[in-house]
Amino acid sequence: MENSAIIIKKIKKPTKTSLWGQVIRRLLKMKMPLLGLAFLLFIFMFSFIGPFFSPYINLGVNPTNINQPPSLEHWLGTDKLGRDVLTRLMLAGRISLLVGLGAMIMSVTIGGLLGIISGFYRGIVDQIFMRIADVLMTLPGLPLLFIMAAILSEWKVPTEYRIYIVMLMLSIVGWPGLARLVRSQILSLSERQFMQATEALGLRDVRKLFKHLLPNIIPLLIVSGTLSVGGAILSESTLSFFGLGVVPPDASWGNMITSANSLIDFQKRPWLWIPPGLAIFFTVISINLLGDGLRDAIDPNMKRR
Amino acid sequence: MKGYILKRLFYMIPTLFGASILIFFLYSLVPGNFIDADPNLTAERKAELYELHGYNEPVFIRYFIWLGNLLKGDLGYSLQFQLPVGEVIGNYIWSSFIVALASLILTWVIAILIGIMSAVRQYSLFDTLITVVVFAAMATPSFFLGLIVIKIFAVDLGWLPAGGMIATGSNLTGWEYIKDVAEHMVLPVLVLTMLGIGGLTRYFRTNMLEVIKQDFIRTARAKGLKERVVIFKHGLRNALLPAITLFSFELPALFGGAIITEQIFNWPGIGAVYMQAFSIRDYPLLMGFTIFIALITVMSNLLADIFYGIADPRVRVRK
Repeated sequence: MENSAIIIKKIKKPTKTSLWGQVIRRLLKMKMPLLGLAFLLFIFMFSFIGPFFSPYINLGVNPTNINQPPSLEHWLGTDKLGRDVLTRLMLAGRISLLVGLGAMIMSVTIGGLLGIISGFYRGIVDQIFMRIADVLMTLPGLPLLFIMAAILSEWKVPTEYRIYIVMLMLSIVGWPGLARLVRSQILSLSERQFMQATEALGLRDVRKLFKHLLPNIIPLLIVSGTLSVGGAILSESTLSFFGLGVVPPDASWGNMITSANSLIDFQKRPWLWIPPGLAIFFTVISINLLGDGLRDAIDPNMKRR
Repeated sequence: MKGYILKRLFYMIPTLFGASILIFFLYSLVPGNFIDADPNLTAERKAELYELHGYNEPVFIRYFIWLGNLLKGDLGYSLQFQLPVGEVIGNYIWSSFIVALASLILTWVIAILIGIMSAVRQYSLFDTLITVVVFAAMATPSFFLGLIVIKIFAVDLGWLPAGGMIATGSNLTGWEYIKDVAEHMVLPVLVLTMLGIGGLTRYFRTNMLEVIKQDFIRTARAKGLKERVVIFKHGLRNALLPAITLFSFELPALFGGAIITEQIFNWPGIGAVYMQAFSIRDYPLLMGFTIFIALITVMSNLLADIFYGIADPRVRVRK
């Protein structure tokens, strides 16, 4: 739950500055982003609070009750081990959302930090970081993720740590783009008069960075951060679908769809794999709508990026 | 211009060098190899093969051997196919290419048309509808879309084959063969088009919105030109210009194969081969193919910049 609180806090930050007040006012006028936000709140409650209302929370394996179609007791039926699909969908939601948010926080931290440093100090540091980013962006993302996943699965990482590793992997692929974006923003900000003023005042670098540059790229970080959560959830589901991300017994929306690999489940038991697919779809669409709305609300001229 | 291209070509070298290091050491970190994965081999044969493929050398020496061969244009020898990697890529790349090309053409034509129409009628019902569709396309996991499409069109309706490139056991020739392949292509192309159309439509919409606000469009209208001529002749041309850059970025996708889509539809393309090679640890093929894609990516980035310089000379001056 605390993760959704972060998102809300970002939007409903106390109106200290008029910027955020304006952002909220503009955002409240937009229908689609609010719809997205509402769905996200719903899916968070569904995943994090929902399981407590389920009589099947312990997910006991029930061999007498396998592969049941949806019914009054099991709204989304049961799977091949007799587990309630609806409860599993909720628990999978926890993991998928956590992985998405975790990957976002990591890539925003790494990308933001390296981007700021590159743009601010330039020179050799900039060269090194940007060449690394270039190399990472040259390699196709998906094979890169597959390789990392293979290394990790051979290292026998315990399943309970796997979700953190998946977050880390996604952020390794995710930071270069963000670092470039932040860097170019910092470069153009450095040319502005207020940065010349900080120079004239003889401020220390730390002060320049945190008091003057960082506040100006926060909107950019919020928007690209929000949008990257959607991408991370999609990548995680792909990895998990191919058995390289979150692995059973942990459920994620991606690895729940794996049941579609069995011909019988695919053709005759759509309740096993269609709900998690729809969950990914609606969650990502909501995140993108919210991110898009935030972008328009924060800076109507930013739209082109 | 020439100096600029040369400079950019020179910049490619460290990037590719870095990519080769990353690729090699990542793959050498993956435990297990093709020889260990084969349970039919005796210990002596294994030792022989280790010697033959140079696995006994330290990792960094193996890197330089690999790099040296790479510079000579030798991508290595695929253990699984018992063929040079270049040949394997050559064998499978074209089936990936036809699918990618078909969906590329479809995506661009549809995206340009829809993008322009929704820009011209900004905030209309059509525009809103398109925006929703675009967001939907960007939020669907590719493998899920593939499964849904198979379920609907191949299983439930039975209109089209679910996977493969030709009907099993068929040995058609000529037109019959082409028709068979085309039928099998429909669903993968559909999925790739649906996935790709979102971002591109949005791009053309924003571009067109920008263009139709400009003075020369007002001038064209004031001259009394037909709206169709204003939009498609004066507007479209200017909205398309920056898209040349984008088109270059599509090149890697054209040759790189669509790993997930090919896997789902059992399409015998380079993406599916990559996945297969991955599961049996055919490193030479994996490394050769990855560096091949890296090369195409770097080249297409360069191409994008050159095209952009031609389309908009201001860009070059600023650099």
